[in-house]
Amino acid sequence: MVLVLALVAALWLLASVTADHMRARGIRSGFDFLLDPAGFDIGEGWLAFEPSQPYWRAFLAGLVNTIRAAVPALVGCSLLGLLVGVGRLSSNPLVRGACRAWIEVVRNVPLLLQLLAWYLVLTEFLPGADEPGGWAGIAQWSKAGLALGGEGGPLLSPEYLALVIGLAVYTSAYVAEVVRAGVQAVPAGQWEAAAALGLPARVEWREVVLPQAMRLAIPPLANQYINLVKNSSLAVAIGYPDLVSIANTAINQSGRAVECIAVLAAVYLLLSLSTAFGMDRFNRRALRHGG
Amino acid sequence: MAAVRPIVSARAKPAGPSAWSSWRRHVAGSPTQVVLTLLVVAVAGWALAHFLQWAVLDAVWQPDADRCQAARGTGACWGVVAEKWRLVLLGRYPVDGTWRIVTGSIALLAGVAASLWLAPRSPRWLLAWPSGLLVFAWLAGGGPGLEAVPTDLWGGLPLTLFLTASTMLLAFPVAILLALGRRSALPALRAACTVWIELVRGVPLVPVLFIASFVFPLLLSPGRSPDLLARVVVALALFAAAYMAEVVRGGLQSVPKGQLEAAASIGLGWWGAQRAVVLPQALRAAVPALTNNALSLLKETSLVTIVSLYELTGAVSLALGSDPEWRPFKVELFLVAGAIYFVLCFALARASARLELPQEMA
Amino acid sequence: MTFRSLSRWLLAASFAFGAHAAWAGKTLDGIKSKGQLACGVSSGVAGFSQADGSGRWSGLDVDYCRALAAAILGDANKVRFVPLVSQQRFAAIQSGEVDILARNTTWTLTRDASLGLHFVGILYIDGQGFMVPAKSKVKSARQLKNTTVCVQSGTTTEKNLSEFSRANNLNLRPVVFEKFEAANAAYFSGRCAAYTTDASGLASVRNKEAKTPADHVILPELISKEPLGPAVRRGDDEFFTIARWVLFGLQEAEELGVTQANVEAMQKKARDPQVGRLLGTTEDMGKLLGLDKDWLARAVKATGNYGEIFERNVGPKSPLGLPRGSNNLWTKGGLVYAPPVR
Repeated sequence: MVLVLALVAALWLLASVTADHMRARGIRSGFDFLLDPAGFDIGEGWLAFEPSQPYWRAFLAGLVNTIRAAVPALVGCSLLGLLVGVGRLSSNPLVRGACRAWIEVVRNVPLLLQLLAWYLVLTEFLPGADEPGGWAGIAQWSKAGLALGGEGGPLLSPEYLALVIGLAVYTSAYVAEVVRAGVQAVPAGQWEAAAALGLPARVEWREVVLPQAMRLAIPPLANQYINLVKNSSLAVAIGYPDLVSIANTAINQSGRAVECIAVLAAVYLLLSLSTAFGMDRFNRRALRHGG
Repeated sequence: MAAVRPIVSARAKPAGPSAWSSWRRHVAGSPTQVVLTLLVVAVAGWALAHFLQWAVLDAVWQPDADRCQAARGTGACWGVVAEKWRLVLLGRYPVDGTWRIVTGSIALLAGVAASLWLAPRSPRWLLAWPSGLLVFAWLAGGGPGLEAVPTDLWGGLPLTLFLTASTMLLAFPVAILLALGRRSALPALRAACTVWIELVRGVPLVPVLFIASFVFPLLLSPGRSPDLLARVVVALALFAAAYMAEVVRGGLQSVPKGQLEAAASIGLGWWGAQRAVVLPQALRAAVPALTNNALSLLKETSLVTIVSLYELTGAVSLALGSDPEWRPFKVELFLVAGAIYFVLCFALARASARLELPQEMA
Repeated sequence: MTFRSLSRWLLAASFAFGAHAAWAGKTLDGIKSKGQLACGVSSGVAGFSQADGSGRWSGLDVDYCRALAAAILGDANKVRFVPLVSQQRFAAIQSGEVDILARNTTWTLTRDASLGLHFVGILYIDGQGFMVPAKSKVKSARQLKNTTVCVQSGTTTEKNLSEFSRANNLNLRPVVFEKFEAANAAYFSGRCAAYTTDASGLASVRNKEAKTPADHVILPELISKEPLGPAVRRGDDEFFTIARWVLFGLQEAEELGVTQANVEAMQKKARDPQVGRLLGTTEDMGKLLGLDKDWLARAVKATGNYGEIFERNVGPKSPLGLPRGSNNLWTKGGLVYAPPVR
């Protein structure tokens, strides 16, 4: 109890000393600025944002943008990871080798470098905005982005695409290793039983092995998903207006560095905790249904 | 889908008549196998052929911007490496001090390697790690006998190595304390360590770096805040320690309770028992996972470019950011930097695989 | 833990963090005791502050810091240049990491009133503009409808852009980059239809970073006032006064015809009482600032007067090729008007 009190006292001291220092230096502080109009535009996103809306709304738009990038990346890394993870166990040495090479290369190069490279590839090699390429009526692409459903469709910017692809590819290597570990943990007797029943390999995988493997894989997968959400903060390097990028702008417009960083950290904490909570619920359900 | 039947099974199937025929059976044993094989060969072959065409056959090897420009789109321009290698590898470090930072990096690598390989034999070798770092700091930063070079000029690969090595060194003791604290019998200490670990693990590195770069100095009186590099290393270390603490905790859990009781029975106190009995076993069990931490850290140091320290990744952008002549050839430099990271990480992973061997000696 | 030990601990801790009342006037003392001026600059804007391959800095902001160091410390080389990204800059000056911020920063009310800063004066009068590829045939910023514009984050530019876009119903979409280099690279790769920043920055990007400058056009509209100037931390009025009068002194030196080449000769034989005051031969103005009488003569000798600094770094003959325009002396039709050194 004493220690908890001391901890609280230390935090309070830190906060008050900081506020004191800042006041003495003539720096305005406090969270009141969150209600002031933000004054800047946000390039893209699901949540419509007007510069006359307040800062908190800009942070919210940034959070929505983070989720907008993280969700497709989560789906992508799961599918790709499953494919590569199973391929890593193939009896065909060529398939095995290709999957192993994929995992090693992707895992051993920093994500930031990969994101910069994806962004570079997209902006260098896509055709200019005035002469877009594409298939009429289905998709159209140029440096302005990818428009699904032709001209009028929703536009996905190169920044967004680079972020989603980069996150999905990077995390897929880790998901693949999780899948592999899960499959390898399925007892050999299960394989033999399935084989003894004469199940075709496809059914064997779908009905016997993967359900058991995935149940084992859920906790480590949850970690990878949380990592992906946190890694989306690298968007700031390639110009996608995610939460960090909005906070960055807000710091400069308002000068409230400490407050903006505090908001940023709190929101990510909440995101991580809710991802962990969601995966935990999923895990329990999976365990219950698995009997 | 017969093709993806796993090769793992508790009882290995007896090997076929010869390695070749079993290989053939798995590559072309059934129609699905054949399709898969062809698919892999086609995709890999296509990619490899294009890559070779671009990277070797049509490539420009001389640092000649005009020829590179002419070959743009069809061939790689390796001339950019010849032109920019120094900026990429060493950042903005003063040219006449090149020998200093290169020698320093070698000393650092030697120190780390010595403690990795020799420490299992004699723990005294663990001192090689900080010694290597000190030699690096003296050679690169100056001090007795050498002209001072401010840390904001450090850059490139040496900075990446320094950040990784110093962060690991600082984070290690913190991680052990956090792990012990999380298993402590004192509820308040346990709660504090748990909260700290979960708090740090819930936040991405980018805001942590922001805190080190421009929030922390506001806590101190003007002019009293330490160097940016020092702040970044401490931030990285506190960040990495939270992840490492969980690994160490896993190692601690793997040590049977009987060990602690045995230590108590021969009269060792709590600290003595942890130091002489529990920790050595726990850490040995944690080595593979700790290597993974080190690998992540090595890659994560690339983020410090966001707070304007120009390590390897940042140096690539720096090298090309303000040079219109060579800017189009970023892909080549990204490939080079990627290859450097790959070699480092791969080597570290291999080295740690060998490190696990002494476990049997225990 | 008793209350007494807790309060004693708190007291000790607050000493560790430093009592804030004790640091007024400390900036100048710190500079003198370290023998070095820490000057926060941008990490690479041609003409304003840029380091060459061997780490030698040059530019308008850089020269101002050199002149200041020459005035205070007697040596223009006793400056440590600290490159700062825009997010870092205010924290760096607030926290004392740098003594002065000369980082092409716009002087605005918000910054003056809420960031704990004092702007010293105006070093360069600028305005925000747009640059587009010549082949796009865009002739006016008002033709940029429904397009993307590359911007660097953490600048006044983002806000101006959104106001301009709203006022003219243009629906411009910003693509915001954390770093200057990244924003440049994205514009040159064709990602954005236009690039926006201060006009001087556009000239720097166009002339130094474009492969063929003629392929890019700077549009005629300036959409904002951007007076760029150095800023100091509040709390040291002496240092603030010196920083401000070194700037005015350099401008007055140009007005009076004192140059890098003739300053020594002028010091010896000039009769003009104004020159005498400026160079400390007839009256010692340095004393009032807490400096010696040669303070400004040293500064001019180190970097030249304001006009020379301008010509060398950004003027028509420099790679940037910016006209003097508003940045000319008030006597020559510009807006540069320094209060008298008297």
